[in-house]
Amino acid sequence: MVDLSVNIGGVALPNPIMPASGTFSTEFSQVIDLNRLGALVSKTVSRKYRAGNPPPRVSEVQGGMINSIGLPTKGLEYFLDVQLREYKQFTPPLVCSITAETIEDFADMARDVSVPGVDAIEVNISCPTRQPGGGNFALNEEHTYKVVKLCRAATTKPLWAKLSPNAGDITAVAEAAEKAGADALTVSNTILGLKINTDTFLSYIGNGYGGLSGPGIKPIIVRMVNECAKAVKIPIIGCGGIMTVEDVVEYLLAGASAVEIGFLSFRNPTGMIAIIEGLERWCEKKGIERVSELTGAMVAHPPRDTYEAGMIGIS
Amino acid sequence: MKYASAAITVGTATEEHSPPQCPAEESLCPVVAHEWVNDEYRHLVVKASRKALAAQPGQFFQLLCPTPDEVEVWFRRPQSVYRVARSSGRLEFLYKVAGRGTRGLAQLGPGDTLSMLGPLGIGFRLEPHWKNVVVLGRGVGLATMAPISQVAGELGVRVTAILSARSPDLALAADLFESVGTVIKVLDTDGTSAIENVEKILMRLIAENKADAFFTCGSNRLLQLMKRIGKEHGIPGQAAMEQIMACGLGPCYICVRTFEVGGRKEMRRVCVEGPVFDLQEVLGW
Repeated sequence: MVDLSVNIGGVALPNPIMPASGTFSTEFSQVIDLNRLGALVSKTVSRKYRAGNPPPRVSEVQGGMINSIGLPTKGLEYFLDVQLREYKQFTPPLVCSITAETIEDFADMARDVSVPGVDAIEVNISCPTRQPGGGNFALNEEHTYKVVKLCRAATTKPLWAKLSPNAGDITAVAEAAEKAGADALTVSNTILGLKINTDTFLSYIGNGYGGLSGPGIKPIIVRMVNECAKAVKIPIIGCGGIMTVEDVVEYLLAGASAVEIGFLSFRNPTGMIAIIEGLERWCEKKGIERVSELTGAMVAHPPRDTYEAGMIGIS
Repeated sequence: MKYASAAITVGTATEEHSPPQCPAEESLCPVVAHEWVNDEYRHLVVKASRKALAAQPGQFFQLLCPTPDEVEVWFRRPQSVYRVARSSGRLEFLYKVAGRGTRGLAQLGPGDTLSMLGPLGIGFRLEPHWKNVVVLGRGVGLATMAPISQVAGELGVRVTAILSARSPDLALAADLFESVGTVIKVLDTDGTSAIENVEKILMRLIAENKADAFFTCGSNRLLQLMKRIGKEHGIPGQAAMEQIMACGLGPCYICVRTFEVGGRKEMRRVCVEGPVFDLQEVLGW
């Protein structure tokens, strides 16, 4: 019997597999038993209704997809009155993802979603589709510090900061979020990208730029998880391109304590369940008793001699 | 099988992954037959699971398509059901080979398996007091309306199907529509598909009390015509819509279209709020 449970900044999860915000809602219960997930993560909520960006909102690329959906939401009131009740029909902890236009409203949102039933708040300061240019608070460590600091003062709920791979130095942003009082970091959001139709010269995305996700970005994000894990003490949730059990293990070895899965669910909506089962089997086979043992268990290569180019046949 | 990323979990879903309370499931279905109907359209028959066979007219499945080249076709492709044969446990699709997904799908042959997600979405509705319905469509849109026409026919509702096509051989599913009602073919080759002529046909059907409700799919031009005439004559209608789709279940909000409800425009998701919508709320494309 493998212990799959993990603790993420004060939230106890029965297993480390969660959906990534934006790719999940209770509508997934059309296909899977949501009670088997490690946690439920809401689509990002803002104070007011957001229609989202003009279609087309997605395009496939070789390594995954590029999207600019633009955080459509029915707003805070609808979340509290309707969606919260829908989520609470299920047993896993609920993580509420929030966004705002200003630092002050971020804090107010953190306060306003701090209601019974919400077990943690994921502060989405990193969505590259929120503004046409892809900008957001998590590109900058000072902005990140201010948002997280004000949110921290506004709520006692566990606070997870979702970081951006588009920041120049993600470890500086990670450290700023930790210093400001974040309980965990989600690493990361999507990578800003562009795909142009060579027949029409138009972007394949209605909004122009979009966020790249899927298996093609996984090595980049695994590296960022590893860098952040070295820089901070708070737990890290790995997010980016997970398609297999081994991908989850890689994130854990790099330093993550749990993972979020999005792209896979678009292809295989039962994929998260298959991965939970597969992770348990993987641990059994490897003789791992607790999945939490894997966090940061990556080993470094022993020091080795290097050779002159000529010695390996390069002339 | 012909998927680019062999390491990626494909269609390994088991019964336990979608427990009984879930109306939809990911299932692996053996391909029974897969033939060309004409130069553009293919007819795919699979042996389907119990949940899949519960599909209602207008509902769709998300089909996992093999790749036609070296790059994975990541997203499933939405495909409405053409026919459900519950007695033989078979589900049929009629589709146009148009892009990478359908070109990949076209490679499957008997003996292969197809990963299907569904049934999904809200299909056509048939009100008990409708005694005469008119089906109007073009191209592959006709396949989408075959199941509702069949159900209507079985319930004793008179179905008049106006099939628009470039040429007679492209008037899809004419046999099926003939078996449940009256077929009127309108063609580009003889000019009968002109919008003015289709309008005349609709007006005649209304005059003959053969139009209690309208159904349409596959042509923006015909949709706009049916919407206008439906509004002028107070005839309720339904339209099946398409959009690029990712999850097929609701949360991603990728497959949205703009609709007009009570004078207000709003975005709706084709996958869960459709794919069948009130004709008067559809704006077309």
